Amino acid sequence: MEKSFGTIKVKRGLAQMLKGGVIMDVTSVEQAKIAEEAGAVSVMALERIPADIRKQGGVARMADPKLIKDIMNAVTIPVMAKVRIGHFAEAQVIEAIGVDFIDESEVLTPADEIHHINKWDFKVPFVCGARNLGEALRRIAEGAAMIRTKGEPGTGNIVEAVKHMRLVMDEIRKIQNMSEEELYQEAKELQSPIELVKEVKGLGRLPVVNFAAGGIATPADASLMMQLGADGIFVGSGIFKSSNPRKRAKAIVSATTYFDDPKIVAKVSEDLGEEMPGIDIRELEETEKMQTRGE
Amino acid sequence: MKIGVLALQGDVSEHIKMIELAGANAVPVKTIENIKKIDGLIIPGGESTTIGKLIKNYKLEVIIKERINKGMPVYGTCTGMILLAKKIQRFEQFTFDILDITVVRNAFGRQVDSMEIDLDVKGFDSKFHAIFIRGPVAINLGPDVEVLSSIPEGAVFLRQNNILVSSFHPELGNDIRIHRYFLDMIKK
Repeated sequence: MEKSFGTIKVKRGLAQMLKGGVIMDVTSVEQAKIAEEAGAVSVMALERIPADIRKQGGVARMADPKLIKDIMNAVTIPVMAKVRIGHFAEAQVIEAIGVDFIDESEVLTPADEIHHINKWDFKVPFVCGARNLGEALRRIAEGAAMIRTKGEPGTGNIVEAVKHMRLVMDEIRKIQNMSEEELYQEAKELQSPIELVKEVKGLGRLPVVNFAAGGIATPADASLMMQLGADGIFVGSGIFKSSNPRKRAKAIVSATTYFDDPKIVAKVSEDLGEEMPGIDIRELEETEKMQTRGE
Repeated sequence: MKIGVLALQGDVSEHIKMIELAGANAVPVKTIENIKKIDGLIIPGGESTTIGKLIKNYKLEVIIKERINKGMPVYGTCTGMILLAKKIQRFEQFTFDILDITVVRNAFGRQVDSMEIDLDVKGFDSKFHAIFIRGPVAINLGPDVEVLSSIPEGAVFLRQNNILVSSFHPELGNDIRIHRYFLDMIKK
């Protein structure tokens, strides 16, 4: 019986299994257990959450393999970990540990200003951030099995994630209305392979799962992103920077499942305590923005 | 005939597409009222821990179990197999406690061990291309459980009266034979 591992179907398939779920950033075994208990479909093992990376500055790198392994041993749900953009050696290390998904992430300090990782070289699937359709299709061309909006990480401000999700959806609708010959010019403008542009026209969506990320802090934020067409939700700093992580995590899971039922979203939004303090994006200097890393 | 796909989390739209290709209607269901109105239920692939918690939190346990006990056909893929089983090896988690098997979760290992295999399936005249994602297998099968496909690690496609389960995900491929088999269970 011949077994094939690390195929495109198997990689994209795991992302499909995560649909309709919430993936939570965690920095300790204890937080990972809280996330699993609250109903997270996966946890992202990190040393610092984006809000702290933003505040403390310095070079942000992949997490200590020991921490990632401890988290893998503590939960049954899949575990993700971040590597720096273009840092394929960090990705090799993370794959060797046996992590289920790698996030080639702009939240960490980029290691390569020109090239992303050739993700086809790996058996483990990758998720990458994108602000528009061209960026999403370039990452898929490099082998990403899942896409997420970039948003503006660590701000607790949903505005950039909304902008990125709306833009991707708008560009997809535009392609659906194009004739075959217009697609070639469009591929050129998107700086993306024509085959993927054609595939998007046929499917009316990205060929991989597309989650929302960057700035989600409340149940209503999760519902908003799901209604804008996200397949699921990443919450970074929003949970463990709030005053009652247990309750907020559970509420965001419920609001993601029942995103189309405002009564349930209202009920779970009650009495959650203090949200993470937010940042107005207009107060950020261009150099402080993480979303412009790796286009 | 209306099939409901339990839409708490997981690959719901993939199952809806397969049921439509097999010639029937499918709708996502996530409330007690919806679940009362369907002729068959699919529990999709997803995270069993998450879906189990949502079933309990939103009190869907009683209605689903009651309908299955009264004969409504149900098909569970991967997570669905785990949630229908009587026993789970090594883990404490919610199940409907209805299918007489012991499930070994993540039987092949982690995601890098997820795979595609061509399976022999009882009653099919050619192999079925199966996609396993962090999949479980079934062991210690009860007397009413019929094995439709197995591999050295354990049973991967099986039936107990109105309950059908697979460790793998036919909804990620294009072969509609298993969904058609499930529709035939409802017609009879």
